[in-house]
Amino acid sequence: MIDREQVVHVAALARLALSDAEIDRMQADLQQILQAFEALNALDVSDVAPTAQVIPLATVERPDTTEAPLSRDDVMRNAPRVERDQIRVPAVLTED
Amino acid sequence: MPDDLFRLTVTEAEGALSAGDISSVDLTGSVLDRIDAVDASTGAFLLVTAEAALEQAREADARRSRGDAGPLLGIPLAIKDVLCTDGVATTCASRILEGFVPPYDATVVARLKAAGAVLVGKTNMDEFAMGSSNENSGYHPVRNPWDLSRVPGGSSGGSAAAVAADECLAALGSDTGGSVRQPAALCGCVGLKPTYGRVSRYGLVAFASSLDQVGPLTKSVRDAAVLLSAISGHDSRDATSLPEPVPDYAAALDGSVEGLRIGVAPEYFAEGIDAGVASAVRNAIELLEANGAEIREIALPHTEYALPVYYVIAPSEASANLARYNGVKYGLSDPQAVDVDEMMATVRARGFGAEVKRRIMLGTFALSSGYYDAYYLRAQKVRTLIKQDFDAAFESVDVIAAPTSPTTAFELGGRTADPLAMYRADVLTLPASLAGLAAISVPCGFVDGLPVGLQLMAPPLQEARLLRAADAYERLRPAAPAPRQAVEA
Repeated sequence: MIDREQVVHVAALARLALSDAEIDRMQADLQQILQAFEALNALDVSDVAPTAQVIPLATVERPDTTEAPLSRDDVMRNAPRVERDQIRVPAVLTED
Repeated sequence: MPDDLFRLTVTEAEGALSAGDISSVDLTGSVLDRIDAVDASTGAFLLVTAEAALEQAREADARRSRGDAGPLLGIPLAIKDVLCTDGVATTCASRILEGFVPPYDATVVARLKAAGAVLVGKTNMDEFAMGSSNENSGYHPVRNPWDLSRVPGGSSGGSAAAVAADECLAALGSDTGGSVRQPAALCGCVGLKPTYGRVSRYGLVAFASSLDQVGPLTKSVRDAAVLLSAISGHDSRDATSLPEPVPDYAAALDGSVEGLRIGVAPEYFAEGIDAGVASAVRNAIELLEANGAEIREIALPHTEYALPVYYVIAPSEASANLARYNGVKYGLSDPQAVDVDEMMATVRARGFGAEVKRRIMLGTFALSSGYYDAYYLRAQKVRTLIKQDFDAAFESVDVIAAPTSPTTAFELGGRTADPLAMYRADVLTLPASLAGLAAISVPCGFVDGLPVGLQLMAPPLQEARLLRAADAYERLRPAAPAPRQAVEA
């Protein structure tokens, strides 16, 4: 099913800094939920096509024309740190 | 002028406005007073925009005095806080979006504003629309107006409670697996989930993109028809919005069910469905039969798989959609973090609540290398089987009738320790969502003083048929005196 190591791995993939207590609780919850999902294995789906989308829509194209975008100031107003009209974030590449 | 204008339906209020008996300022003032009086009990709103609402009401009155008219001109409505509102904070009831002020309106909000509606505020919800009880709000829970110790349902619990307690004339919610219909049933109002693609999702904060739809919560079926006509239609900003023209849904309500073929599936009355709920729904179906509808038993054999299918697919899509909350562009941040990975992980750990974390973990796991085929792909295949059940059923029936929720409103805290028990609250609404159908919940009586919902489902884009059947039932429904709401005490 799912062991503690897997929970830690998935939390890293999901960028979630979970506490030890949260990891324990998460493992128990996921274990219980995934066990309930085993019901899906009772069905033979070898010849069934997957459904990703319920409506039959072809690729949608729009006219190749320009439109007024959102105002730069309005968009940047929500950013936690802005410097010289750009969003500032902590280092992306570090020494180690 | 009566002093309880807040009790009016949208249709009644529009009649009084167009007759010149009341003004939108009167009506909006009455609704804002009502919010002041009862919202401390219900907790339905996260934000009340009283000044802006009165300004919109004055503008609506001015438009009417210039000869403008329209079914929503000057009507006070509430908006679930999952819909972006230009210049008005939008949180999705999450701490991670605290302080976020959208620079644009969701298409549905823009359409309501263009129709002259008055927006009184943003309603509470389960965080990112994940939940069935509204207890997952990052701010405060919502209480059911009929019994304040009970939940209103979720995730549109604030919208449902606000409509039920007359804190607005109608509201918008969003429905991914039942989030409009289930709280409507538990609060005793009407809740409509349109066909996937009928209503634009632009500006609806994404939870599970193949399932999300915006829908109205109202005091009558006719009001739901009016709101649906206002918000539906193609939008070039949503590639999945359907191009079909939008009919005048209210004009379709002729009160007749003569010859309507109603399917009833035993799978929706199986173990786990409260006996009182089943009996109230069966009485409603018999009433429709006595008035000319034809009842046919149908089989929807894959119904039991809807729950695991939904709780694989929706969290998977959510785990991708919620990757954008990372402390960079908006919301909660952590400028002290040593690098960007640490910032993202700590911001997400602090900003998301327990259920949102659980679903991100579940979805990330189901999509991860080695598990994708076993969980996500298999769930998508079983989704096909569920859709095929409905396709086959709709060859011999026009609509399907069932309960909306297996039980009436449950106690606050009653299911919070057991995620699966909470998930089961959606078991009867998930199949229609997975198949992309149109579905509605209409009040059909009370059990022990708590409302029960009759769910009707129709094939994609058959909203007119669905609303006609629901409206006909509403007209036939016995006028039994409703129990007194707890908020009136």
